[in-house]
Amino acid sequence: MNKIPNRQVICETLMEHAATDKDIVVLCSDSRGSASMTPFSKEFPEQFVETGIAEQDLVSISAGLAKCGKKPYAASPACFLSTRSYEQCKIDCAYSNTNVKLIGISGGVSYGALGMSHHSAQDIAAMSAIPNMRVYLPSDRLQTKCLVEALLADEKPAYIRTGRNAVEDVYEEGNVPFEMDKATVVCEGSDVAIIACGEMVKPAKDAAALLKEQGISATVLDMYCVKPLDRDGIIKAAQNAKAVITVEEHSPFGGLGSMVAQVVGAECPRKVINLALPDAPVITGTSKEVFDYYGLNAEGIAKTAAEAIK
Amino acid sequence: MENLKALAYALRQDVVNMIVEGKGGHIGGDMSVMETLVALYFKEMNISPANMDDPDRDMFVMSKGHSVEALYAVLAAKGFFPIEEVIAKFSKFGSPYIGHPNNKLPGIEMNSGSLGHGLPVSVGMALAKKMNKQDSRVYVVMGDGEIAEGSVWEGAMAASQYGLDNLVAVLDRNRLQISGCTEDVMHQDPVEARFEAFGWNVYSVDGQDIDALCDAFEKAKTVKGKPTLVVANTTKGAGSPVMENKAAWHHHVPNAEEYEQIMKDLKEREEAARHE
Ligand SMILES: Cc1ncc(C[n+]2csc(CCOP(=O)(O)OP(=O)(O)O)c2C)c(N)n1
Ligand SMILES: [Mg+2]
Repeated sequence: MNKIPNRQVICETLMEHAATDKDIVVLCSDSRGSASMTPFSKEFPEQFVETGIAEQDLVSISAGLAKCGKKPYAASPACFLSTRSYEQCKIDCAYSNTNVKLIGISGGVSYGALGMSHHSAQDIAAMSAIPNMRVYLPSDRLQTKCLVEALLADEKPAYIRTGRNAVEDVYEEGNVPFEMDKATVVCEGSDVAIIACGEMVKPAKDAAALLKEQGISATVLDMYCVKPLDRDGIIKAAQNAKAVITVEEHSPFGGLGSMVAQVVGAECPRKVINLALPDAPVITGTSKEVFDYYGLNAEGIAKTAAEAIK
Repeated sequence: MENLKALAYALRQDVVNMIVEGKGGHIGGDMSVMETLVALYFKEMNISPANMDDPDRDMFVMSKGHSVEALYAVLAAKGFFPIEEVIAKFSKFGSPYIGHPNNKLPGIEMNSGSLGHGLPVSVGMALAKKMNKQDSRVYVVMGDGEIAEGSVWEGAMAASQYGLDNLVAVLDRNRLQISGCTEDVMHQDPVEARFEAFGWNVYSVDGQDIDALCDAFEKAKTVKGKPTLVVANTTKGAGSPVMENKAAWHHHVPNAEEYEQIMKDLKEREEAARHE
């Protein structure tokens, strides 16, 4: 069982580069501990900026730094980063086209019993609706590493959402299929296509194994690049299937499901079922309890998929 | 009159039990804010389960919502809900007692958890009370890390602009936030002068002293045309040396050994307060 959360991989990858690239700057808003950025702040104090509990400031300062040649990584809880600082993300990062990488940590329902103030179930919709903002939800620590390496090499704004807990590996060490802005095909099948992002990819992969036992063959697509959405990948997966299931740790509105349905509806119409969080404050519990309650687990996904192609 | 000093130590024990049972919570800020809540709910504010729907009640907003465990303990002691139920259910699956204030529960006016909202919301409440010609008052508690949020200062400006003398903000000045000392993370001194410059009437008192707090709240009632800030100088984790003044105890859950020592310290202080 993997014990390394994706957020820790982000810190480690940035540290590998920060020694030689002095323009890399990490910013936190009293969030260095939860962002796993404490090691970075200790090893590179000159490349670390603390803004205090001021997320709007965090994002605007990042934009100013980027304008002057720095490569800022602003790490703060996804809930605050995406809604409290929304306008700063829209104007100072996306509209002004500054090279700010926004790292939303403890995304989705990671904060469990802390309630809706701490859940980010609208960040995909909000961020995706901003022109020139890219949105990434890596599925495991290995893919997170590939993604951060790719982001270090470009100069445009992006929002990256990770969860709080370590998640089981989807891929194998040393053998991680990754092409920037192309969804990763986790497995291929002919009956149903399951398209997931972030921490829902692993249960989607497990669901495919359960379906196989029932004689149903499923494609699983890891749509870590929610924006720019891999339209070709979706069309290819959907064309081979009788139905498409989308899975995301997000509101049912404006997220992966909505986007996939737009593409499938326009290009290769067939049934699309969206598994997501409810349009309500979620039940109190750990993220696992919440996922189980709303069927966002392997069993729930498999059940929905099997029914969809009946 | 109940011995409020002893009560504050008794309620701290409820908080510790809640956090240990629920395996989570923000213990440091609960401990520092306890006397403020006891002073407000047991002496200053006109609020109880009997008048909780009365438009003329005093209103309270817990802007540093992560200190919800202290608020639960105080509301339970006021009779809003049974403390046994809170301790048994806090943060557990399906529970109504979540880790931040939620106004589906009786006694809680506004939901919070995202810092920097409570002051401007309270400005709206105090303004409405002025518009409605009501004499009741509005109280809000903020953390000292929290006031780095710009929205706090937007609210502070508005409160002064509208001369909201029916609004009292308490700053839990425990000098710590998650990443360490507030003065290292984003300094706030001289916080009194900053609020004064924004047009506020300011008192700075020992925030672990209920009489001193009540004295400030009473004086605030006589001030006309200005909002009041009470800087409650406190100790994060107040109640046991195990947790006092330790940044890591912002949200540390006591282990068995720590639990025993903390409960022993709190009981001793409760007893001492009873015999003072
Ligand atoms: C807008 C926002 N940003 C970040 C957080 C995460 N957070 C919770 S408590 C806390 C520290 C609060 O410090 P302080 O205000 O001093 O409270 P206290 O010391 O009384 O616990 C932070 C950063 C939050 N709840 N809301
Ligand atoms: Mg503090």
